[in-house]
Amino acid sequence: MDGWIGKVLRVNLSTDKVSTEALDPGLAKDYIGARGLGTKIMTDEVDPKVDPLSPENKLIFMPGPLTGTFAPSAGRYTVVTKGALTGAIASANSGGTWGPALKFAGYDAVIIEGAAPKPVYLWIKNAKVEIRDASHLWGKDVPETSDAIRAETDDDAKIACIGPAGENRVLFACIMNDLHRAAGRSGVGAVMGSKNLKAIAVVGTGAVTCADPKAFESAVVKARDKIHKHPVGGTGLRLYGTDVLTNILNQIGGYPTKNYQDGHFPTADKLGGETLAATLLQRPKGCFSCIISCGRVTKVTNPKYAGEGEGPEYETSWGFGGDCCIDDLDAVTKANYLCNEYGMDAISMAVTVACAMELYEMGLITKEDTGGIALEWGNAEAMVEVTRLTGIGEGFGKKLALGSYRLAESCGHPELSMTVKKQEIPAYDARAVQGIGLNFATANCGAAHVRGYTIAPEVLGNPVKVDKDTIEGKPALVILFQNLTAALDATGACLFTTFGIGADELAEMLGAVTGVGYTSEDFMKCGDRIWNLERQWNLNAGLTANDDTLPPRLLKEPIKTGASKGRLSRLPEMLPEYYELRGWDKNGVPTASKLGELGLTA
Amino acid sequence: MASMLMINADKCTGCHNCELACSMGHEGVFRPSATRVHVYTWEREGFSVPMMCQHCRDAPCITVCTPHALTRDPVTGWVNLDNGKCIGCKMCVQACPFGNAVWDEETVKILKCDNCGGDPACAKVCPTHALEWVDDVTATRARKRAFSEKFKHAFSE
Repeated sequence: MDGWIGKVLRVNLSTDKVSTEALDPGLAKDYIGARGLGTKIMTDEVDPKVDPLSPENKLIFMPGPLTGTFAPSAGRYTVVTKGALTGAIASANSGGTWGPALKFAGYDAVIIEGAAPKPVYLWIKNAKVEIRDASHLWGKDVPETSDAIRAETDDDAKIACIGPAGENRVLFACIMNDLHRAAGRSGVGAVMGSKNLKAIAVVGTGAVTCADPKAFESAVVKARDKIHKHPVGGTGLRLYGTDVLTNILNQIGGYPTKNYQDGHFPTADKLGGETLAATLLQRPKGCFSCIISCGRVTKVTNPKYAGEGEGPEYETSWGFGGDCCIDDLDAVTKANYLCNEYGMDAISMAVTVACAMELYEMGLITKEDTGGIALEWGNAEAMVEVTRLTGIGEGFGKKLALGSYRLAESCGHPELSMTVKKQEIPAYDARAVQGIGLNFATANCGAAHVRGYTIAPEVLGNPVKVDKDTIEGKPALVILFQNLTAALDATGACLFTTFGIGADELAEMLGAVTGVGYTSEDFMKCGDRIWNLERQWNLNAGLTANDDTLPPRLLKEPIKTGASKGRLSRLPEMLPEYYELRGWDKNGVPTASKLGELGLTA
Repeated sequence: MASMLMINADKCTGCHNCELACSMGHEGVFRPSATRVHVYTWEREGFSVPMMCQHCRDAPCITVCTPHALTRDPVTGWVNLDNGKCIGCKMCVQACPFGNAVWDEETVKILKCDNCGGDPACAKVCPTHALEWVDDVTATRARKRAFSEKFKHAFSE
């Protein structure tokens, strides 16, 4: 096979059995790879009702067919499993160099089954695969773990690992690779921890082949050119990182503030990408095959929050920032470093802290609960400290480790958790931008901006400007973006390439590298198929249409200040049309004809 | 007038596109371990440097190459490698002060930059101009000017 390697590695940690099997070309064509093919394997092999933290859950690491090639910004892999935080299908993707390394080692995927009786790590060097003892690594943070494993394996080894948070089953723990890149959401790191799997280290010296190098190179040159010329993909993200969004979202009144009590934060500029570039930024950094370089290598010299690392991204800067009423970029960056070092999803961590601050203000959480920490709005030191406690699994951190939904529920106020399907909502106020709210409510992995990023058309005018306040046409727009993103994720490409290219360019590159003819329509249909497969999994896991909703605050409490003052999410008006256009019945269940059209079975 | 591959390490983002273009150009596959340019990244510092043959004027690899597989091109001044003459003794690997002659076990040969015959693929795909194919006199002067600017800043503060 070209593009694909044609081989899958399967490791059962309960029995220590390591085996390989051929990749099914038919399935590869229909589900592409990564998020798509990973979900297909998951649905074929795992009972959706399984306890996410039990040995019966599986953990699939899977790059896509473009991963390892020079398709622009296409070096990603996806982790597919049943999410510890959500109980829904999880597919968290990450950049860096780990995904390509797995393919150069000769595998399209690693399927982890069972659970090891004691801590282990996996060492893959081409055909040689070893399950090694990791007792001495347990408790180490991500940089310590990465250094230690490299010292005992290979200087060039690429490491994907969990930190103490994953070991301690923090429900929003992530899997980190290349130190700072995260398969971030839904608690995939907690699942890895439940399997006693500390890390997967990979070195590969093999090749990714290409069916038609000339056609591929020509398609890549065209795609690169379009991204380079795009104001966001070519300029904005490199200069200011994703944090370039801070001032943009704040200006339109869509910057959630104070646990979503408001949509405007007066001093947000202190947290923005422009400020970051002028203060903490050392240099931009790119993932494998990236031409965008949104990564921020940063350094904080302020002794109170001193550290070095990467980030923050916009969502992190917002979460620990405006959502907690904090405008201290040093503190926010420090909290981000802690999340990376301990291996926690910074969005869920931050939004959980914001929720705890509201509960503290209401007196539902007291200093007795927090161990004396004054968890008041705007208290940057307290925010950093509770983040640290969550990472190391001590004190009040043990409660925050459950995520905001379970925390607020334990205080009798689940409605104060800003979540969908128990996953924290990212940095875009659904009251100010209608389409993104519908995407949050319907995203199969729980609230996520990276499933159908309608912020692009609704706020940034990419590829065309759409009125953010109208609900007209939004269900169709959301479905288009969701399907495109599902197919794009399956290739191994980065979502940011859509600041320049779309289905036409992706299908052309995918076709040239694999030798399988994909039209743009085929490509979009793959996305639709993946989306529906995820939906079916969720329904079989016990989720229902009742889970396709937003927190009551976004539906009933208008934004108080700023450009979107007075606005509410009109989700209930959009949802029926969304179901209908998806080919689902009134209960959000895919119809037999829809499933037939996509080649899926009920 | 001659050209050279200028390495601007401060601009390198660690994307490895140069390796991919190099291995595709020379080997017809994407295989970073079969490239003539290698990017080394220091994870903790977030710093990356691309490395390839510098085509030294007094090249230790030529001196130690007994079968004369490595020779100086009289026209371009580059260090040329004739794989047909190479006996795989790896003396060039030992001699290169930069580690830029690399033995590849899979293709069973020495991999060394050949400037793609005068149009290096790595420089063409580098998204940040960390690698540039430039006139050697102008480029080395430019490097000096860039460094002198640091003095200017230091003294004008």
